Amino acid sequence: MMIRAVKGLTRRLPIIIPFFWLFVFFLTPFFIVLQISFAEFEYGQPPYVPNFRKVEGLSDFFTQLQMMTLYSYEILLSDNLYWKAFLSSLRIAAVATFFALLIGYPLAYGMARAPRSIQPILLMAIILPFWTSYLIRIYAWKAILQKNGFLNNVLIKLSVITEPLTLLSTPFAVYLGIIYTYLPFMVLPVYSSLEKIDPSYTEAARDLGASGFTTFWRVIVPLSLPGVIAGCFLVFIPAMGEWVIPDLLGGSGTLMIGKQLATELFNNNDWPVAAAVAVCMIVVLIVPIVVFQRVQERDQLRRQQEG
Amino acid sequence: MKKFALVALSALATVAVGTAQAQEVRVLNWSDYIDEDLLEKFTDETGIKITYDVFDSNEVLEAKLLAGNSGYDVVVPSASFLARQIQAGVFQQLDQSALPNSVHLWDEIKAATASSDPGNAYSINYMWGTTGIGVNVGMVAERLGDDYGSSWDLIFDVDKISKLSDCGVHILDAPTEVIPAAMNYLGLDPTSQDPADIEKGGELLESIRPYVTKFHSSEYIDALANGEICLALGWSGDVFIALYEADDADNGVTIEYIVPDEGALMWFDQMAIPTDAGNVEEAHVFLNFIMDPENIAAATNYVYYANGNVTSQPLLDSEVIDDPAIYPPAETQESLYVLQPYPPRVQRVVTRTWTRVVTGS
Repeated sequence: MMIRAVKGLTRRLPIIIPFFWLFVFFLTPFFIVLQISFAEFEYGQPPYVPNFRKVEGLSDFFTQLQMMTLYSYEILLSDNLYWKAFLSSLRIAAVATFFALLIGYPLAYGMARAPRSIQPILLMAIILPFWTSYLIRIYAWKAILQKNGFLNNVLIKLSVITEPLTLLSTPFAVYLGIIYTYLPFMVLPVYSSLEKIDPSYTEAARDLGASGFTTFWRVIVPLSLPGVIAGCFLVFIPAMGEWVIPDLLGGSGTLMIGKQLATELFNNNDWPVAAAVAVCMIVVLIVPIVVFQRVQERDQLRRQQEG
Repeated sequence: MKKFALVALSALATVAVGTAQAQEVRVLNWSDYIDEDLLEKFTDETGIKITYDVFDSNEVLEAKLLAGNSGYDVVVPSASFLARQIQAGVFQQLDQSALPNSVHLWDEIKAATASSDPGNAYSINYMWGTTGIGVNVGMVAERLGDDYGSSWDLIFDVDKISKLSDCGVHILDAPTEVIPAAMNYLGLDPTSQDPADIEKGGELLESIRPYVTKFHSSEYIDALANGEICLALGWSGDVFIALYEADDADNGVTIEYIVPDEGALMWFDQMAIPTDAGNVEEAHVFLNFIMDPENIAAATNYVYYANGNVTSQPLLDSEVIDDPAIYPPAETQESLYVLQPYPPRVQRVVTRTWTRVVTGS
């Protein structure tokens, strides 16, 4: 009996662990944030009226329920700033993802086609920058891009330009920072799916008379699609909520929802509104995450059927 | 032998824990705001270990304090923020008996800060200064002529600032200081808390926004010093730090600090002890150390901000105490104004107006 119970548990462990993880590190914080978003703002410590004390009896539950307010969501809806910030984040994340793919795909392709013996070195070269804190790398970009910075000095020395260019504090710098930071998240999954493609597929395609481009477009690309989708989400989702990069590299005009959330927290000290922004962001981001999950599931199913 | 090692180790651990509990103070101060040698001196004199961190905006500090358990024993908000933080119960009353050096404090400054902290019961003044304009003399003269004046025109007149935007303009990312400056330029009462006035100030700022490179509260020091920008709406001492940085670098950059003719904000940065501070006794020792005339004079000589310590004045370098931009003479002081804290609803208007200024939406 005992042994069977233990066996059952060990079999379920692979499922229990991720759910436990999800519960502790996602659902619990999410509900805390959700609860704050319904609280009333108050200038104090903490800066809101706590609305979820220990519930004592049914009537107390209803009194606590009545303390909840939708005021924070009303603020979000009454001012189109949040909507605009959201769209702007969406645009920045989409453009950054596009360029990360444009740069990342050929990189991954080159890596996958390189001799087996040097692939680990190439892989290492992609991972190596992670050994330095990304904040330090963003600050390094500041030093490179500023007016008296490295890039301008080199361009002037080479007589490409005569006057230093304004690169820092521009949308360009924000895109550069985001693409640079998240590029490995594109390269790695794409590489891993390209590397798995059996070379005999390419050979077969060529034997059947497909041109190099056709082989690439009709055979390689479809087979690498799961990696591409994974890479796109890994870049898009964090880029969407990005705050540090636009804050450090961007100018004043860069509107992003992550920045807006920080403004609510730091300038207004309005935790309920900040929490409401966070809740909306999560709800909107969950849609692509679910789509991603679905695509992966279908892919796995198909592979099982093929296998 | 093993047992001995274990005993020795645990004894060592007890000592280490003991000292960590009794002999530490955690200070959160503004960036570029102290002579770091003073921190070493403090530890040498008192045996108290010091952890020193920095911030660059009242808003960020306030967010930390209201969240609670900031982990700091001494923090330095500006008086207008301190006032509402006291009301929110963030700070504890100072134990005056542990602060014998408070006899050195300057009555004039104490009178000014008492409007935010009645009776100065919760805080001592660290430094005070003005919010004015930092100018790269060469670059601005090249674009506006040698007599570019000493008026807020440099920032708020589209005609002038548009000619300076190509050499770079930074403005403090401090809504509660910059919007009142704009209101003051328009002839409105800078201390007004009427949303309509605040929005008028915001509209003026929006009109000059296209010519502003960045709204930021600490980058302008280096940017001014190395010629990256030619104009900054900034804090007095920070501009002076840039001025002397440029002097030392000998890079051909000359910086000037202007207290504009129309008047400017006079602010006071106050050292206070949070209610939930873990090392209250050491925090008092630190405050007392800071109020030692010799120490605060060293700090002022280093950061070029005026302090609230009258006994320290004979100990100041003449380039500091005699500079009217650091220690403004009485007639300049008359044109300076002091802000009162905004209630939350007005604060939201200020922040929203600022977002419109900064992002254009």
